[in-house]
Amino acid sequence: MAHEHKLEIFRGLLKFKSNITKIWGVLIFLSLITAVEVALGIAKPKALTSSYFIGMKVINWIFIILTLVKAYYIAWDFMHLRDEKSSLRRTIIWTPIFLVLYLVFILLFEADYIYNIFKDGFVKWNF
Amino acid sequence: MNSTVTTDTKEAVWGGGNKPLNASYGKLMMWFFLVSDAITFSGFIASYGFSRFKFIETWPIADEVFTHVPFFHGNYPMYYVAFMTFVLIMSSVTMVLAVDAGHKMQKNKVIWYMFATILGGAVFVGSQAWEWDTFIKGSHGAIETKGGRILQFVKADTGERASLADFAQTIPSERHEHENKNGLWFFSEGTLPSFTVNEVTRGFKANPNILIRTETITEDGEKTLLNREESLDKLKNAKYVVEGANLIHNEYGSRLFADFFFFITGFHGFHVFSGVLINIIIFFNVILGTYERRGHYEMVEKVGLYWHFVDLVWVFVFTFFYLV
Repeated sequence: MAHEHKLEIFRGLLKFKSNITKIWGVLIFLSLITAVEVALGIAKPKALTSSYFIGMKVINWIFIILTLVKAYYIAWDFMHLRDEKSSLRRTIIWTPIFLVLYLVFILLFEADYIYNIFKDGFVKWNF
Repeated sequence: MNSTVTTDTKEAVWGGGNKPLNASYGKLMMWFFLVSDAITFSGFIASYGFSRFKFIETWPIADEVFTHVPFFHGNYPMYYVAFMTFVLIMSSVTMVLAVDAGHKMQKNKVIWYMFATILGGAVFVGSQAWEWDTFIKGSHGAIETKGGRILQFVKADTGERASLADFAQTIPSERHEHENKNGLWFFSEGTLPSFTVNEVTRGFKANPNILIRTETITEDGEKTLLNREESLDKLKNAKYVVEGANLIHNEYGSRLFADFFFFITGFHGFHVFSGVLINIIIFFNVILGTYERRGHYEMVEKVGLYWHFVDLVWVFVFTFFYLV
């Protein structure tokens, strides 16, 4: 907590000397990820935009995974969840994750269903 | 159950003053709030996903919507949002540094880092205001059909987008304005687009270099470009001239896109704005030495949590509005 910091990131692969250097290290890492995202977003490589994985473009999977990675490091190092008790950490993390996955699952399925109704239905709506 | 528990341990567990999560009351409450706020934002973003999946074939392509950078003309998708993201992450970093300095009771460092954080937040809110302004004003203008679909214009030779002003004709006409005194419920007339549907249609017919682009996304992930005959046919359904975006019309395509954009980035922007205000209050408290007297800088840490959360939400908004 307050005065002790865990200074290892990447599962111990990288250990910083002090909390301040760790913060700058995380900043560099986050900026790098953002740069990759922006570069991919501008370049939109054909290989990634035309291939699909479980119904979604590979490039979108990459974006979402990189976002979750960013979110992890913001929560773990900036919001110092890494230094909190694991019980607190799990309460905070798993509650929303469970609820959000559930909500996203329902809404996206429903939306896809409505899309198909619009597409295959007999009512013309695109005019 | 073991009934021979000594009173000693009973006191230690139930006697109060216990911190099972090893966090103070204030910090726990901040986390409570953040978790519920996270679920609120998730609800918004999930419903954005709902609308998007519903209209997956016609949803606007973000790269074509947010193409502006202040003080520069031209087509620069993403750069400005990337800059905004960086500003917010950077201000998050100065916030962590402020918290770290607070743990070491270095008052002056906390002051300067808090100041930098506030500055970063202000730059971000300003950027967002600018982004809204450009989005509301629009860039090229479009036609809305009877069915509420958006038709955009493209120059056939270069493939660039054509603005309405590039080809629309000016037809002098008399316009009788409805006035407040003639109508019981009528207050005033809204702003009119620069051209009438008639002027755009005539200009389109006179200029063979202009083609129409519909909202439908092709398999290559681009908007469908019609040929000249199809374009002329499509234009028969023209109903409104749309310039810019608001909650009812959106020249970039689906109006739901504009609605969600205003609502979600607005709600996030409001969070940033209140974050800046709270940061300013804490900033002055630090200067006045409130936390020095209190003996700890936990308040800075709590505000810090809120500030990082705002950054965290932006990371998701950035992905789902600008990237995916």
